[in-house]
Amino acid sequence: ATMAATKASKEQKYDRQLRLWGDHGQETLENAHVCLINATATGTEILKNLVLPGIGAFTIVDGHTVSGEDAGNNFFLSNNSIGRNRAQAATELLQELNGDVSGNFVEESPDKLLDNDPEFFHRFTIVIGVQLPESTCLRLGSVLWNASVPFLICKTYGLIGYMRLVVQEHTVIESHPDNALEDLRLDQPFEEFKNHTNSYDLDSMDKKDHSHTPWIIIVAKYLEKWLSEHNDQLPKNYKEKEAFRQTIREGIIKTDGGVPEDEENFEEAIKNVNTALNLTKVCGVIQLIFYHSSCVCRVFSLIHLPVRGTIPDMIADSQKFINLQNVYREKAMQDAAAVSKHVECLLRSVGKPPESISEKDIKLFCKNASFLRVVRCRSLAEEYSVDSVNKDEIASYMDNPDSEMVFYLMLRAVDRFYQQHSRYPGVYNYQVEEDINKLKVCVNSLLQEYSLSVNIKDDYIHEFCRYGAAEPHTVSAFLGGSAAQEAIKIISHQFVPFNNTFIYNAMSQTSATFQL
Amino acid sequence: LLFSLFREKKRTKVVELTENMVVDGGSGVSFEWGGRWSHIKKFLERPGPFTHPDFEPGTEGLQFLLETCKILVIGAGGLGCELLKDLALTGFRNINVVDMDTIDVSNLNRQFLFRPKDVGRPKAEVAADFINSRVPGCCVVPYPFYCVDCINLSRLFLRLEFHIIVCGLDSIVARRWMNGMLLSLLVYEDGVLDPGSIIPLIDGGTEGFKGNARVILPGMTACIDCTLELYPPQINFPMCTIASMPRLPEHCIEYVRILQWPKELPFGDGVVLDGDDPEHIQWVFQRSLERAAEFSITGVTYRLTQGVVKRIIPAVASTNAVIAAACATEVFKLATSAYIPLSNYMVFNDVDGLYTYTFEAERKENCSACRQVPQDLHFQQSSKLQEVLDFLTENASLQMKSPAITATVEGKNKTLYLQSVPSIEQRTRANLSKTLKELGLTDGQELAVADSTTPQTVMFRLCFTS
Repeated sequence: ATMAATKASKEQKYDRQLRLWGDHGQETLENAHVCLINATATGTEILKNLVLPGIGAFTIVDGHTVSGEDAGNNFFLSNNSIGRNRAQAATELLQELNGDVSGNFVEESPDKLLDNDPEFFHRFTIVIGVQLPESTCLRLGSVLWNASVPFLICKTYGLIGYMRLVVQEHTVIESHPDNALEDLRLDQPFEEFKNHTNSYDLDSMDKKDHSHTPWIIIVAKYLEKWLSEHNDQLPKNYKEKEAFRQTIREGIIKTDGGVPEDEENFEEAIKNVNTALNLTKVCGVIQLIFYHSSCVCRVFSLIHLPVRGTIPDMIADSQKFINLQNVYREKAMQDAAAVSKHVECLLRSVGKPPESISEKDIKLFCKNASFLRVVRCRSLAEEYSVDSVNKDEIASYMDNPDSEMVFYLMLRAVDRFYQQHSRYPGVYNYQVEEDINKLKVCVNSLLQEYSLSVNIKDDYIHEFCRYGAAEPHTVSAFLGGSAAQEAIKIISHQFVPFNNTFIYNAMSQTSATFQL
Repeated sequence: LLFSLFREKKRTKVVELTENMVVDGGSGVSFEWGGRWSHIKKFLERPGPFTHPDFEPGTEGLQFLLETCKILVIGAGGLGCELLKDLALTGFRNINVVDMDTIDVSNLNRQFLFRPKDVGRPKAEVAADFINSRVPGCCVVPYPFYCVDCINLSRLFLRLEFHIIVCGLDSIVARRWMNGMLLSLLVYEDGVLDPGSIIPLIDGGTEGFKGNARVILPGMTACIDCTLELYPPQINFPMCTIASMPRLPEHCIEYVRILQWPKELPFGDGVVLDGDDPEHIQWVFQRSLERAAEFSITGVTYRLTQGVVKRIIPAVASTNAVIAAACATEVFKLATSAYIPLSNYMVFNDVDGLYTYTFEAERKENCSACRQVPQDLHFQQSSKLQEVLDFLTENASLQMKSPAITATVEGKNKTLYLQSVPSIEQRTRANLSKTLKELGLTDGQELAVADSTTPQTVMFRLCFTS
């Protein structure tokens, strides 16, 4: 009884987010174990936005003790915790946010863990590293890449936010596109659809039926006529489409006096001609997926995807609409069943039991066949290596010297500064002026090493000294929301993650995404 | 048009509060610890190449935040909770928060200042308590449901003199009202706006994975009404679909809500459908299933039923965190002149990667809210008053809810139509079918219109067309 009660109360609590990613999406979150490295303000803000929606568990890895500065910008570190281990202190106040979540902490630096027990990180669904120096990022990046554990790097530096996603191959079946085209197959009608349209005779219908016939049927009927009169050629250009629309317009019932009646369904048909005649074909992205991916889709012939099975709402009486909807639904079920059979064969051929991929998953896959996405990020090693650095991307963005790309370069430069001086520039007031030249040296050596002939204005070098590696709360909070949602995308395999570098500029409230 | 809004206010307020501090025994001092504000100080004590032209590095900036600057946060929900945290950790200590709502279980996935034990309590109170105990020295004063209404809010404004208002509202009507309130406080001397009377409004909104943040300087930049077309009105399903040809599960639910409930009154006479009552929703759900079965429609679920009846908008913690953070950054910029504020509208969407778009929304020439000049209304003498009413409610730039129209006819104030008071509505209803000429209205005549979307009456000028 208590299990049912817990389930009911969770449904209530999570109702607003279940409407976005569904019960199955929520299940992936509840099975996830997230690792956060460094409970700075940025880190705890990210984790807060994962604990609230109910991830299964988190583990904070942090060897630092809480400082007065930490307690000043961090909602999950009280001034009473100054002097205590930061991982432990933050876990308490984050855990308190949601009783459904298990919080753990490890009082250790990530470098120590990499030295002694690198496989520690293999257990996590995703590792989020915050305010990490370059060397740690690269070491950790390599371990996680080889273990296929997604790695999300985040940094707040003054008024700049930075995120880098490192994942080898991330598949998305449910991308939930904002503006998806319908899958009506009007250019290549299947047998059952043709039979259904044949059951309509527009010329012999009474007015009520005529005005409540779905626009899809109308377009199909008039298209049939057009094809027979135009050598089976679909209307291609604007002129032909306009002529086609005119044939439909002429089909509107007229009064005895020749005045066209008000037939909204015909108006809908005319309006939808443009998109309804889109050619059904496998779009470029999907073809690429089929070629590369090792999953189910390999079985498809590269001509037609399974019919989606949904139609938009339209002016029609209930029966006509439902009947038409059922035609598409049944075809979709048929196609999904055919896919199932192929999948079974494929699984058997590689020695796996046929139930390895469930009916439910196959149906979901088929329904989303037009929207499948794969995200492949380059590794950190590739980004950082002189041989494979993405010079073109960097240089072309830097054609505009105020592009967000300049902040990426400055972050790389301060990392370099840290490596050389074991501190960040301008942390103390007296350092700001003298560090400007030191930082400039780092900037120049960075550009030289990568043979980048770009110009970085002195103002940015000055500004980054001024920042003094500050982590203001509002910028941390912005990144906190952004990063948490990207982590949820990775965990749930719903919606599409960014690829692969995101920069947020709080000075101008602008952002950019680069593929580095 | 950049200038420091608070130079004047800063000087007077620091004096005022120092006096208060003496009375309180200097309560500000004991909450500090070493390094507490070091992240913020770097932006207030150091000069830099991108600061606002009026920025003066020094210790005054932080002092102003901690001791003087007064912020009003409207809404203690998804955005409100985040805003309170962000402002408190940025150094703001004098914060007032307004919210008429009480806490619901479905808030807990993102409104992180609330716990299961707080369900039923007023949001403003619980939020204020949490922040005040978690952030030492911060003083959030709540204005919960039982003392907030339009009149009290006006009094609050006049008495407390806020420096900046931040809105985390879930209603366009409320936004427009707040917008109108701030516009009504503007002081013009010889047609020139006194900058000291400007109270900046930072407005944030979210829906699922989308959000926006904007900075409004009333009287100077685009106001809420200037960009009303960005919020198109919600379209409801046509009645004929709901009544006689449903196709979607939503149509079935709307049938039960709009037609069946008023007819059957399942929980007694005069008992209105309450979306928050699970028994009511259960009843609607069952009847909707029956309706759907009649037409072989699938897809009616309890969740869908609730969503349609309550017009639920999906929400997550992450989007609220992002938008509130952007708003709080702008509050900081305005309060300290540390940087030039956002000019003036940012849109955010993280469905596919992360997308932001920042642009400058323009003031509308004939904005009914922020332009000093009465808007022209073009009608024929033979037009009926009903047509004028329809225009006021249906026009995309006005979107009024139930406007009350008054005019001066033959030297006397005449209420032409008023809906919200039943006795007056009955008395004036007949005017709706009269022509403007019959009502004694003349060309060039001014009409005063009151509506829930604005605290001040909006003036229109009648222009007769032939």
